[in-house]
Amino acid sequence: MSKPRLLEQKFLDYKTSTGFWLYLMTDCVLFASLFAIYVVLQPATAGGPSSNEIFSLPMALTETIILLTSSFTTGLALLALRQRNVRQLIVWLGVTYVLGVSFLTIELSEFAALVGDGHSWQQSAFLSAFFTLVGTHGLHILIGLLWLLIMVVVIFKKGLSAKVTRQLGLWGLFWHFLDLVWVFIFTVVYLMGAAS
Amino acid sequence: MWGRLSLDALPHDMITIGGVIGGGLALLAVIAGLTYFKKWRWLWDNWLTSLDPKKIGVMYLVVATIMLLRGLADAGMLRAQQAVFATGDGGPISPDMFQQVFSAHGTIMIFFVAMGALFGILNLIVPLQIGSRDVAFPRLNSISFWLFVGGMVLINLSLALGEFSTAGWLAYPPLSELQYSPGTGVDYWIWSLQIAGIGSLLSGINFLITIFTMRRAGMTLMKMPIFIWSVIGSMLLVVFAFPILTATLSMLSLDRTLGMHFFTSDMGGNPMMYINLIWAWGHPEVYILILPAFGIFSEIVPVFSKKRLFGYTSMVLALMAITILSFTVWLHHFFTMGAGANVNAFFGIMTMVIAIPTGVKVFNWIFTMYRGRVKFATPMLWFMGFVVTFTIGGLTGVLMAVPGIDFQVHNSLFLVAHFHNMIIGGVIFGFFAGLTYWWPKFTGFRLHEGLGKAAFWCWLIGFLLAFLPLYALGLMGAARRLDSYDASLGWQGLFIVAGVGLLIIALGVLFQVVQVGYSIWKRRELAVGADPWDGRTLEWSTSTPIAEYNFATLAPVTYRDDFWEQKHRSDIKEPVTLVEPIRMPKNTSLGVVVGVLATAIGFGIIWHMWWLVLIALGGAIVAVIATTLQEDTEKIIGVDEVVATEKDLRGVKL
Repeated sequence: MSKPRLLEQKFLDYKTSTGFWLYLMTDCVLFASLFAIYVVLQPATAGGPSSNEIFSLPMALTETIILLTSSFTTGLALLALRQRNVRQLIVWLGVTYVLGVSFLTIELSEFAALVGDGHSWQQSAFLSAFFTLVGTHGLHILIGLLWLLIMVVVIFKKGLSAKVTRQLGLWGLFWHFLDLVWVFIFTVVYLMGAAS
Repeated sequence: MWGRLSLDALPHDMITIGGVIGGGLALLAVIAGLTYFKKWRWLWDNWLTSLDPKKIGVMYLVVATIMLLRGLADAGMLRAQQAVFATGDGGPISPDMFQQVFSAHGTIMIFFVAMGALFGILNLIVPLQIGSRDVAFPRLNSISFWLFVGGMVLINLSLALGEFSTAGWLAYPPLSELQYSPGTGVDYWIWSLQIAGIGSLLSGINFLITIFTMRRAGMTLMKMPIFIWSVIGSMLLVVFAFPILTATLSMLSLDRTLGMHFFTSDMGGNPMMYINLIWAWGHPEVYILILPAFGIFSEIVPVFSKKRLFGYTSMVLALMAITILSFTVWLHHFFTMGAGANVNAFFGIMTMVIAIPTGVKVFNWIFTMYRGRVKFATPMLWFMGFVVTFTIGGLTGVLMAVPGIDFQVHNSLFLVAHFHNMIIGGVIFGFFAGLTYWWPKFTGFRLHEGLGKAAFWCWLIGFLLAFLPLYALGLMGAARRLDSYDASLGWQGLFIVAGVGLLIIALGVLFQVVQVGYSIWKRRELAVGADPWDGRTLEWSTSTPIAEYNFATLAPVTYRDDFWEQKHRSDIKEPVTLVEPIRMPKNTSLGVVVGVLATAIGFGIIWHMWWLVLIALGGAIVAVIATTLQEDTEKIIGVDEVVATEKDLRGVKL
């Protein structure tokens, strides 16, 4: 690559990652709104179950461990990317993917069990807020997994282009951010919910 | 298959049918014209798929202008009802329709006129003023625009299919919940705003990154034009306030479509939470609109006073102070909610505090004019009008910041008069000033002065006549959104004065339309050069008409008003720069595609046509993936072409 072209790529990296950080902050505000509404509506059970009756802490802890581990494997994948080691990169991305899918599976089975017991989002304001907050996080995870899948396909087809390298970096930010949001969900929804 | 959609959705009353037929005919005429003159290809290649911010800016302004006419027609219906028919037994406008009209008027004026004009001006001016060739993310910019158009299409579609919300421009629950508004109106409101709002949010990110990463070399933060500072403030507010709107609208929609209970009056729902959230977005929204208007005046006053801006640093500090403070006052919109005396006192005081930085700005503008050689061209007239009306509006605002007084005038016409004072006298006057000021930069000719001045005086006098009576009516106890009142109250005279005021404003709009048409017709006589006002900032340094790439070379800047210093100081020489090949983004249809699909998603949810939602959502995902994979997205404009273009546009050889 010629020098001006290289500089241009660097600038593009800088511009895109700054923009992505800003996007993450907007997402943060979105989650903050959902957290605010959750905290306000948590006592509003309207005769339905309260938070300490329906949450299973072991299940939430399992989800937490899975997601934190996936953040770690994301870090390993990005290290492999820095060393341009495609095989390792794919392996760690694969592990992350499996962890993400298992997280989502557990979450959905929790949702299904709640709905099966008659505790759907229609039962009370508390359950509406719960399904929306946790579901929005789950939706983000789903988007992250889809994004990851596409990038792996692109790596197989075209190798590590400058574009996919940049995308992987952004995706890493996204995944860590979701991890961080989950830590708050685990604390505010599950731990504090079980204690109340 | 068609969800809730049936033939019943077609309009029944004569006024709506007339509106639909009129709008439909206008649309048909445009389509027929484009077909007859074989201009579709031209429209597609040069405008709809263009990524040039200058063109996207013009498209925003066209949409905003059409929406201004619609919003004005709505206002006319409201005024006619209140001035003529409100004391009798009804009129041509039924109570239900009256509610739809005031909801549509507010929503359209804020989201599709003010926001549209704002992003239009930003697209036109920001890249030029920071000496850049483009925005940071040109494709995202096009997507933002088409999402804005999508929202606009939905809100107008509600005229022809179904109904619009009757719950006011902010759709307070529980009225906006399914129980009390079972029709499609509130859903139209939600999805129109949701789609346009996401567009605004993306624009906010785009312009912030543009300003932070793409300024001309040497333009440090404190050397930026003050308009750019105002845009930073406004876009920071967009970025931090619009996600709240997205979340709030989503929750209301979940209540209505999936039977949740966020804001319902039963099952533990909390309508007051909605009011908190919507104003946590809504108050910053006011400043999103007004800050750039402040910025525009800060550009105009120095240029037409031939002096540099008084107190640049204090201006920057004031802008940033307002940006931060605007997040701390949202509760003043509902002092009557009953949050308690201490909470109300806090928000009342914070509200009054905002008046301080705003006052600083007004004094800075006046001191800029002091001992300047002030030229009272049309933009300056808008400024003078603004100072008067904005100060009146500011004073009534401070008055209402006192919770005790607010309890008396809450939801009265006094409040309506106050915020129109700020939005018309502040935002709209500012935008008109800016459009008149920057018009010649993009067209090569000035707008006709006489017609511009006539329009200004109509707007100013019309505005005062239309809204000063509302202050009095509000103090006399007239609530907002009244479609009838008892004749014995003696309000009708003032309502008639207000109606006359609106007619004078409409005359002003007519003058503006004529002004644009006449100026285009007489463009040879009104032709001016690249720098007609003896400007100070970088946009005036390039050629008119402006080349696609804005600037042929990117010479570093040294001073705050670098272009002014270059022109008026003999001791500095223009730096010599070489022409290099320029990379520009290629056109893309991604924006149009995403806009159409987003509209389809919104339409599907409104009418419960779930298959449409799924198809459109799938299509949107595929479109985004396909374009992110696209490699060949840029074109290169070679040195020869740049040199030829510059010679053509400026008659200079590089």
